[in-house]
Amino acid sequence: MIAQNVGFWIIAVLMVVSALRVVTTNNVVHAALWLVVVLAGAAGQYILLAAEFVAITQVLVYIGAVMVLFLFGTMLTRARIGAESDLNNSYKKLGIPVGLVMLVAMGLALTRSFGDEKLPEASKVVSTLEVSDQIFGPYLLPFWALSFVLLAAVVGAIVLARKD
Amino acid sequence: MFVNQFLFLAAVLFCIGVYGVIARKNAVLMLMSIELILNSVNINFLTFAMRNGSTDGHTFALYIIAVAAAEVGVGLGLVLLVYRNKKTISVDDLSEMRG
Repeated sequence: MIAQNVGFWIIAVLMVVSALRVVTTNNVVHAALWLVVVLAGAAGQYILLAAEFVAITQVLVYIGAVMVLFLFGTMLTRARIGAESDLNNSYKKLGIPVGLVMLVAMGLALTRSFGDEKLPEASKVVSTLEVSDQIFGPYLLPFWALSFVLLAAVVGAIVLARKD
Repeated sequence: MFVNQFLFLAAVLFCIGVYGVIARKNAVLMLMSIELILNSVNINFLTFAMRNGSTDGHTFALYIIAVAAAEVGVGLGLVLLVYRNKKTISVDDLSEMRG
């Protein structure tokens, strides 16, 4: 348990620092690379939460596919490979109070609702078998809908980005 | 491990993502902030799945990952289209719908 706690805090600090860098850095490519750190940290947290299949999917889909899309997007829109000064709104200071108010509200609600409640100690790793039984059992209809969403997204992206 | 330590991490990431969506002008960076928000939601789902000892949260986390992938695909297609027509991806310059 102590090892898991130490792992949690190391990964959590790393994730928060990298997330702050994603929203503050002046370089689009650097932002994408910091985002990789956040996503990898999230995969680590999923493993701590006994969700191995979701963690593997996170690495494959996010770090593998989505990051490549982001880097292609920055290249195709000819962002300068280097620092840019024109990435933020003029009213970006407004975001700080909004974020802080939301954080305080959520923090109060969480402390009040869950207090010192602990996660179950000896929870076993959720196997891929159980997850697939869920997806292809009671949640089959959303799975079908999701397949259509992905198909529509693929077709839509091609139609949008094609040169006529 | 407390339930709250995971939920607080998710809350912090969510707020950083919201700040990013508000503060950024570049469309690609806004999409990255949205990814931060979606990831914090996933951490919440898995925390509650472990707390309640069920696997429903895992299913929905996987669905969120798939929807996020579709969203990034269409979003970047839109960004490319805007760039091709306007030679900029700054969302402040897209003001045709202002009356």
